[in-house]
Amino acid sequence: MRELRTPLSEKAVRELRAGDTVYLTGEVVTGRDEMHMRAVEYARGGKPIPEGLENSILFHCGPIMVKEGGRWRTVAAGPTTSSRMDLLGPEMIKRFGIRAVIGKGGMSEKVGDAMREAGCVYLAAVGGTAVSIAESVVEVQGAEWEDLGMAEAMWILKVERMGPLTVAMDSEGGSLYDNVRKRLIRDV
Amino acid sequence: MIKLPEPIDRVVANLLKAANTKLPPDIGWALEAAAGWESDPLARTQLGAIMDNVKKAEVLGRPMCQDTGIPTFYVKGRFDASIRNDIIKGIRAATETVPLRPNTVDPLTRKNLGDNLGEGMPSIHYIPTDDNFLEIAVLIKGAGSENMTRSAMLNPSDGIEGIKRFIVDSVLDAGGRPCPPGVIGVGIGGTADECVAMSKRALMSPLDRENGDPVLKEMEEDLFVKLNGSGLGPMGLGGSTTVLGVKIKAACCHTASLPVAVSIGCWATRRAVARITETGIEYEQGADL
Ligand code: SF4
Repeated sequence: MRELRTPLSEKAVRELRAGDTVYLTGEVVTGRDEMHMRAVEYARGGKPIPEGLENSILFHCGPIMVKEGGRWRTVAAGPTTSSRMDLLGPEMIKRFGIRAVIGKGGMSEKVGDAMREAGCVYLAAVGGTAVSIAESVVEVQGAEWEDLGMAEAMWILKVERMGPLTVAMDSEGGSLYDNVRKRLIRDV
Repeated sequence: MIKLPEPIDRVVANLLKAANTKLPPDIGWALEAAAGWESDPLARTQLGAIMDNVKKAEVLGRPMCQDTGIPTFYVKGRFDASIRNDIIKGIRAATETVPLRPNTVDPLTRKNLGDNLGEGMPSIHYIPTDDNFLEIAVLIKGAGSENMTRSAMLNPSDGIEGIKRFIVDSVLDAGGRPCPPGVIGVGIGGTADECVAMSKRALMSPLDRENGDPVLKEMEEDLFVKLNGSGLGPMGLGGSTTVLGVKIKAACCHTASLPVAVSIGCWATRRAVARITETGIEYEQGADL
């Protein structure tokens, strides 16, 4: 078990291996389908991107948030299915220097290639463990692109010991999903 | 319509709260049993994190998963046409009070109205009977599992082997996306639309309720063993816990057809049932419909 702290250096990321379990402390930025589309569209068009995305940890998550006394609180925040973001994944990773993607279910080979090139890993959060992860959020630092709706907005979260997270795709091309898929027994 | 001890919208809000915050006990037991036999360390970590999360959700009264999904309702017994508006009212209230994540959008503009409602929402199945009670059941599924729904019109000659092949492939191809280990709902026969509806309705049935049809029961047990022997494991990361149960429903079909449908329920297969009589309301977390 390892403790990771943001900002993550390329070196620290490249040392991680598929199968490692880690806990993460620091800042993560949420983003799903709509956030990906807008971030790439704005970046291609030279429009400003909210601060915080550059060199960040991208968390595929559409949380439940409530506003209490003018402050946001995280009620539930588990990972969403990452493969929906496969198409824009490589561009997101390279353009914004994303060091780690947190999600569930894994991503495509092309995303894996981009991770190898740029020095990025895929961290599998335990799907559906929304309350545990919400409890690890100590502060909501920002709410950007709120017009996309609660689930699709870009939330900047400060987390403490978020996890367990499993390194499921590493920067050397190692993938737990591939290992499992190759060995699946499909008997009926 | 029977006389009601509590307005239906309030019952519906109670059901949505209960289903979202409390895992059905049968699924909790199945998870515990799985944690007992699972030997893969990574798989054990996943199961442990799930059970830990379930406990926290119940104690804190919070939704166990951020994807509070889309509810499907089953209304059985005596009721009026007005029940639809009451259910809508209950969803609107629960979205605020539980709270639920606003999930429904226009399919083309993707505009979110923020109340989990909109054209065609929610989906309600009506089963009128002459009994002197009203049963309202709700099944909540998130998109992770709903997006993995598969159906096929097989050839009659594909037979039981073909059906099993389709089910195994559907589950294994879905991989970690529907948050395994979960419950596999299967429909066999009927019309194409009824077949998908059966596969989803099968998920309402508690895991400890035996299938009354010996052939289906054997298929369920066989698929349970095969799927757990596949190696997919919790979250698709490997292990011997891929499913917690398999539930099959069947209906007669056209002589030239063999429809089969698979609805995958994630570990957070959320259900709640209210059985309302003139004297009181009983809440449960599963029912054979
Ligand atoms: S598949 Fe189920 S447990 Fe996983 S994120 Fe979706 S609703 Fe939650």
